[in-house]
Amino acid sequence: MKASKVILEALKREGVETIFGFPGGQIIPLYDAIYDFDINHILVRHEQGAGHAADGYARASGKVGVCMATSGPGATNLVTPIANAYMDSVPMVAITGQVSRHLIGLDSFQEADITGITLPIVKHSYLVKRSQDLPRIISEAFYIAGTGRPGPVLIDIPVDVTKEELDFDPDHLPAMQLPGYKPNVKGHPKQVRQAARVIAAAERPVIYAGGGVIAADASQELRELATYGHIPVTTTLTGKGCFPEEHDLSMGMLGMHGTPYANYAVSQADLLIAVGVRFDDRVTGNLSAFAPHARFVHVDIDPAEISKNVAADVPIVGDAKRVLTSLLVELKKLELSADRHLPWMQQVETWKREHPLVVRESEDGEIMPEFAIHKIWEITRGEAVTCTDVGQHQMWAAQHYLSSRPRGFITSAGLGTMGFGFPAAIGAQVARPGELVIDIAGDGSFQMTLQELATAVQYHHRHR
Amino acid sequence: MKHTLSVLVENKPGVLTRVAGLFARRGFNIDSLVVAETESPEVSRMTITVDEQDQPVEQVTKQLHKLINVIKITSLDPTESVERELLLIKVKADAETRSEIMQIVEIFRAKIVDVSHEVLIIEMTGTREKVSAFMELLEQFGVVELVRTGRLAMGRGKRPT
Repeated sequence: MKASKVILEALKREGVETIFGFPGGQIIPLYDAIYDFDINHILVRHEQGAGHAADGYARASGKVGVCMATSGPGATNLVTPIANAYMDSVPMVAITGQVSRHLIGLDSFQEADITGITLPIVKHSYLVKRSQDLPRIISEAFYIAGTGRPGPVLIDIPVDVTKEELDFDPDHLPAMQLPGYKPNVKGHPKQVRQAARVIAAAERPVIYAGGGVIAADASQELRELATYGHIPVTTTLTGKGCFPEEHDLSMGMLGMHGTPYANYAVSQADLLIAVGVRFDDRVTGNLSAFAPHARFVHVDIDPAEISKNVAADVPIVGDAKRVLTSLLVELKKLELSADRHLPWMQQVETWKREHPLVVRESEDGEIMPEFAIHKIWEITRGEAVTCTDVGQHQMWAAQHYLSSRPRGFITSAGLGTMGFGFPAAIGAQVARPGELVIDIAGDGSFQMTLQELATAVQYHHRHR
Repeated sequence: MKHTLSVLVENKPGVLTRVAGLFARRGFNIDSLVVAETESPEVSRMTITVDEQDQPVEQVTKQLHKLINVIKITSLDPTESVERELLLIKVKADAETRSEIMQIVEIFRAKIVDVSHEVLIIEMTGTREKVSAFMELLEQFGVVELVRTGRLAMGRGKRPT
């Protein structure tokens, strides 16, 4: 079988239904093969759009997003989306064409060392030198992208490799060769018990939840922890929606652009239960003044995040869903009383009442952006898939669009990529065809990728 | 304090770049780095020496572990491991100084590996401190050039590093 077909067979085996891409000279064999496959290809108008659409697709669906571009400039146009996915831990596989093996390193036409360029912004990358490695590499790429702390994986394939013939049996799974990759998913039982004891003893606890909760599909478990323990919840920007923001226990987002009450609560808390977060500087501000009275339980699947910025008192390395499940079991053994920290709950309520987020309706006869966002939220009841671009409008959206469910608020948090929102909305719409997808954008951000309007029209999307 | 990490990695193209790149972008400093194949050709060993004052070794280790090609990392305690450096040094030597140099070579159990009319090349192994002491003693004769491998280390006892 031709290697180009093998690639597509392997993608199908990984469950890929949609590829976002743009063709070019060194990836033509792959594009020629697509005609024979039941894979949906979305032709974007710029490779950056393909990358962000794959990102939006992944965030909306929980599946690995796939984008494709040719060598050289096609590949370098994917750099921003790859960095974006890396910063927000989004599972993505980027496939790029490369010049023929004998032309690599000779400054050939449309040659760029894309594995080198993307080295600091990928979870892993491959330059395929032998066609027989393709089935294994594709299996590994999807496994790496989607497990542990998710992230982007790049596969760079020289064009002559895609033209070779090789034996391929779609039913035979190639053995992965990843001796150094063992994502630790189960929290240490002793640490979990310790966390339960600390939580039971806390007088002023706060849950600080982030994107890791959504990545691990642990919203239900988080909700049980909060309601069982009567613990107020604040989320990061990427964590928005992991806990319903209309819930009595929700304090919205924390940090520089967070709600006053979330920040008051964190500054007074004696325990911070940090789940799937990385103590980003937009959240903590000056680290030495962050949550000065609190001890920290830190749950994260990435061991390197534990005690990177803040020393954890109870570190737990593990998948949020599994850790929270076992934590609940342990907590229930301790039989917490509902009114054990009543004064704290009352204090949080008082802060919420006294320092609410203000929605300015109009000024000088003009509708204020916060009011418009507030109205969108009212009309959609917080259930639309909402994407944003980057800037002031993004923060207004984060504050006033109360997200009611995980994977319902899609935004470029870590990298802060202007131009992300619109192509991400296209990807989200492909992932959730029957649902309402909204992109809240500023004029600057929108103009960075507005050529994707043509893509949206071509595929009959109905974004707002 | 200097800290030695013994890192087993997959012997594949680009792995050294990934490790070096990680140090660069995280702002970690490498004191010395030795890389070579191990007893199994699919695996290489990197012996990396870092300064604990410049960066938290725990963070360096955790970040290294995130590289897919890194298989195992052992942090070597100096009291529980043997460490060596190899030095090749080219020293000026004429009829007058040659015998004195040879005496120093003998005391340090080093080896003269090349002789010409004006210079000697000496090979010497030892701990970092011993290598430095040796170099210092030879300075008076005029050092033309030298090359050191950087620190190699292996844990003591039965267990593999």
